[in-house]
Amino acid sequence: ALKKSEASKAEGKRKRNAIVVKLETAANTIITMAGEKIRLYVKGKIINYTRNKNVTRHKTSLIEIEGVNSKEETPFYFGKKIAYVYKAHTKKAGPNGPTKFRCIWGKVTRAHGSRGVVRAQFRKPLPCKSLGAKCRVMLYPSQV
Amino acid sequence: MTRTGVWKKEGGAFKKVLAVAKPSKGKSPRFYAPEDVKKPLAKKATNGPTKLRASITPGTVLILLAGHFKGKRVIFLKQLPSGLLLVTGPYAVNGVPMRRVNQAYVIATETKVDVSSVNVSKYDDSYFKGAKKEKKSGDSMFKDEATKKELSADYLANQKAIDSALKPIIAKTKDLEAYLKAHFSLKDGDRPHLMKF
Repeated sequence: ALKKSEASKAEGKRKRNAIVVKLETAANTIITMAGEKIRLYVKGKIINYTRNKNVTRHKTSLIEIEGVNSKEETPFYFGKKIAYVYKAHTKKAGPNGPTKFRCIWGKVTRAHGSRGVVRAQFRKPLPCKSLGAKCRVMLYPSQV
Repeated sequence: MTRTGVWKKEGGAFKKVLAVAKPSKGKSPRFYAPEDVKKPLAKKATNGPTKLRASITPGTVLILLAGHFKGKRVIFLKQLPSGLLLVTGPYAVNGVPMRRVNQAYVIATETKVDVSSVNVSKYDDSYFKGAKKEKKSGDSMFKDEATKKELSADYLANQKAIDSALKPIIAKTKDLEAYLKAHFSLKDGDRPHLMKF
């Protein structure tokens, strides 16, 4: 089997990272001069809407926040803003010029169940394609 | 039956009775006004600056969570009358000038510096309010939009003064300058709800 040299591996990684950097800068993640990425949000996953067996209620979405595994750990996140960031085909006005990235803002309202899942309400109910998608749970408004 | 009270004629005409709330003399009133006299509600609300979190005291190192300088660690100088916090990088250390920031968009760390010797009394909200935008006239649509904002010499001098006042204070604590230069970031596995800032 072909063994890639260390140098070419690094080169490949840098190229791949560069592409990631481009996408992320478009999405407004900060890349410092040193190349380090700055993340000031906690990663969350939009797992569901509130629902009963047969009916989904789209007003409230359920968010699974990374690293939060029990109801006791959730109070820190109450009230924190959430951004559901997604891409679309057409460019629309953005804070730094027209962009394909769009965002729906919401906030964590309360805990859901005992395993650390959290309920969130967004300014507009989330579209169904958001199920399973990532969202960003910001650290503000901060109580620390 | 003698005519008493309201309907007594005085000087040829009935005395007009006005609804007046008389101060209580301790006795129950002889006269109750036909209509209730409306008293305006007492205005007890006093609007002061937002209550400052106990963790934020002058000299605390704060982490900015949003805005142009998100992720930067800055030093808290004082709370302005509007409730916003006056912070600075200092500019010489990490490029954050004297700025106002809202408490909700800030994490207070436990690192504190002694800024009692730094004089910030002359800074208040009016210092930071931008110059009023000119009202749009007919020509303005055709004018050039790009006019770079010039920083006044006063503004730069003030920043320099604060920076030089803070420099020896920061130098006292080991690694504090490097700490202020570094950005705050969450990494994989970090759980803010368990972190001690």
